[in-house]
Amino acid sequence: MKYQTENNKETILRSKIADNRGYYGQFGGAYIPEMLYPNIEEIEKAYYALQDDDEFKKEFEYLLKDYVGRPTPLYFAKRLSEKYGAKVYLKREDLNHTGAHKVNNTVGQVLLAKKLGKNKIVAETGAGQHGVATATVCALMGMECIVFMGEIDIERQQPNVARMKMLGAEVRPALSGSKTLKDATNEAMRYWINNPVDTHYIIGSVVGPHPYPEMVAWFQSVISEEMRNQLTEKEGTPNPDYVIACVGGGSNAAGAFYHYIDEKNVQLIAAEAAGMGISSGQTAATIACGTLGVLHGSKTLLMQTQDGQVIEPYSISAGLDYPGIGALHAYLADSKRAKFYAITDEQAMKAGQELALLEGIIPAIESAHALAALNNLKEEDADFDEKVVIINLSGRGDKDLSTYSKYL
Amino acid sequence: MTTTTTKNRIDSLFQRKPNEILTIYFTAGFPKLEDTRRILIELSDAGTDLIEIGMPFSDPVADGETIQYSNKVALDNGMSIRQLFEQLEGVRNEEGNIKQTPIVLMGYLNPVLQFGIEDFCKKCKEIGIDGLILPDLPLFEYETEYKSVFEKYGLHIIFLVTPQTSEERIKKIDELSNGFLYMVSSNSTTGNTSNKNSELSEMQSDYFNKIKSLNLKNPTQIGFGISDKKSFKQATSYSNGAIIGSAFIRHLESGKTVKEFVESVTSK
Ligand SMILES: Cc1ncc(COP(=O)(O)O)c(C=O)c1O
Repeated sequence: MKYQTENNKETILRSKIADNRGYYGQFGGAYIPEMLYPNIEEIEKAYYALQDDDEFKKEFEYLLKDYVGRPTPLYFAKRLSEKYGAKVYLKREDLNHTGAHKVNNTVGQVLLAKKLGKNKIVAETGAGQHGVATATVCALMGMECIVFMGEIDIERQQPNVARMKMLGAEVRPALSGSKTLKDATNEAMRYWINNPVDTHYIIGSVVGPHPYPEMVAWFQSVISEEMRNQLTEKEGTPNPDYVIACVGGGSNAAGAFYHYIDEKNVQLIAAEAAGMGISSGQTAATIACGTLGVLHGSKTLLMQTQDGQVIEPYSISAGLDYPGIGALHAYLADSKRAKFYAITDEQAMKAGQELALLEGIIPAIESAHALAALNNLKEEDADFDEKVVIINLSGRGDKDLSTYSKYL
Repeated sequence: MTTTTTKNRIDSLFQRKPNEILTIYFTAGFPKLEDTRRILIELSDAGTDLIEIGMPFSDPVADGETIQYSNKVALDNGMSIRQLFEQLEGVRNEEGNIKQTPIVLMGYLNPVLQFGIEDFCKKCKEIGIDGLILPDLPLFEYETEYKSVFEKYGLHIIFLVTPQTSEERIKKIDELSNGFLYMVSSNSTTGNTSNKNSELSEMQSDYFNKIKSLNLKNPTQIGFGISDKKSFKQATSYSNGAIIGSAFIRHLESGKTVKEFVESVTSK
């Protein structure tokens, strides 16, 4: 894989969005207990070394191509475009092996774990997509795999639990706190604190302590790298007017935005989960409702009480109900480089249904939030008919069929 | 002039008693919201040398099951930093040992940030808090953003070292810490009981001995997994003191008195 646009291979390859301590503006850093310090230090060194490691790049490129099935298509959605006026392309991350973008990151991190000499992997999962992607690469590499998943998520994402088990992973219910994604993350971190020598923690999004957010964004950056090449073929320019992605922790959005961050004429659009609405108290819209705090090793916007206790967010989508947000996105929002829309359950479910009927594609409910943002853009942009839009379709909706059928 | 020159109670303690310092941790607002002050005074009067009060947090990643549980109960009871400061108001004027017993507040950074660093430190000074343990506060951020505020209000900062911490980093941590150095006994979350017979492993004694040989400027205390008289004695043969947390929380949960617990550790 070439980490290059038409500009300059070396600069892209070495590009770091965060500063040396992992800060994006005032957001980020590595707020970790001392027990994790040696692990984080080890990963940081190994991660920077990877960027100059041709052997790693060859293997990563090979696995993404022959195992994951990349490049994923950039599909011109004709009927969807007719409905909204703009030219809408879908970046088909749903066609990756395991059905979502998550696998780009787990392939990269499992190779890193091998370099570090680790034989065990621990991960957290919400919707189960990251858990499945982790279990998959562990099977591929013959590594032991433990996935923490909130007890409540285990119930609502049964198909993915079954997949992880078939892939040989041990799924451990997170019983503490609110029993969802944030608690699964706590448990995975605790497991890592107790097993620091033989275990690598594959975090599933651009969250957690530095260097995780940088590293996960880098592994996901293949998404926008391909977008640029593919759009050049179709439109004669690498740059669309809008790139839209949903944001839970923010990994698919980080990958979709990565090579566009410095392209100021490309508008970056992020869709976060409003749940029942941003004023309902039942929401996961961190940019709209969050305040600055520290969770899971990162200083970022958080859903929290005035006393600094983390609030359990709500969304119909199990992959978007993280109480924090990747520090990169907090920064993109704060600096107004990206525009954030809060999409309600209802808007997302309608958009998911619409894509199924217009294009024959059932999106993950997470991705349906990105689709729904088309309505916002159409409403706000008077010249929307002349625009080119890429929506990052982060995953497929098979895992969500029971939720869709109950709702629709 | 009189108050600003007062010596920090932690320093006075280690000067007075260089060995077998007993430090006990408990979570504010556990088992009942209003228990904080009573437990603090009872611990002090029963002969606990130094007391750590835990400020509960919704996501205590460095803690094992017992302290996760006490945090959750305390939060469900309505505990907060604001409440804690109200509960502790005037406690240094009570009769008994509590006048001199050093008190350290321990907790995760986020609730402290939300209270406001300067306001928090000011309140700590008013009440007579001597030091802080904030396990997820990084050294660099401490040095650049927090150090001057903590110093202004006479608060010591106690950092952790673990068996995995490099010698170079131990020295750096020692340089930045004051009061004492918190030696985490093994790489684990709090309350780890995998070591059932409470024997120290060879690796642990190597680590403790290594730290002893470094001639650090701070006294040391060993914590995590210390649960009874035997493990306390063993730990304090390598350090100036030891810290008991989860075992005391479990004791409180069983409904027995504070005094019973302290005496079970300190009895001859
Ligand atoms: C299909 C899909 N999209 C998006 C997300 C949200 O994660 P992120 O914001 O890191 O892309 C998830 C998480 O489970 C997912 O499964």
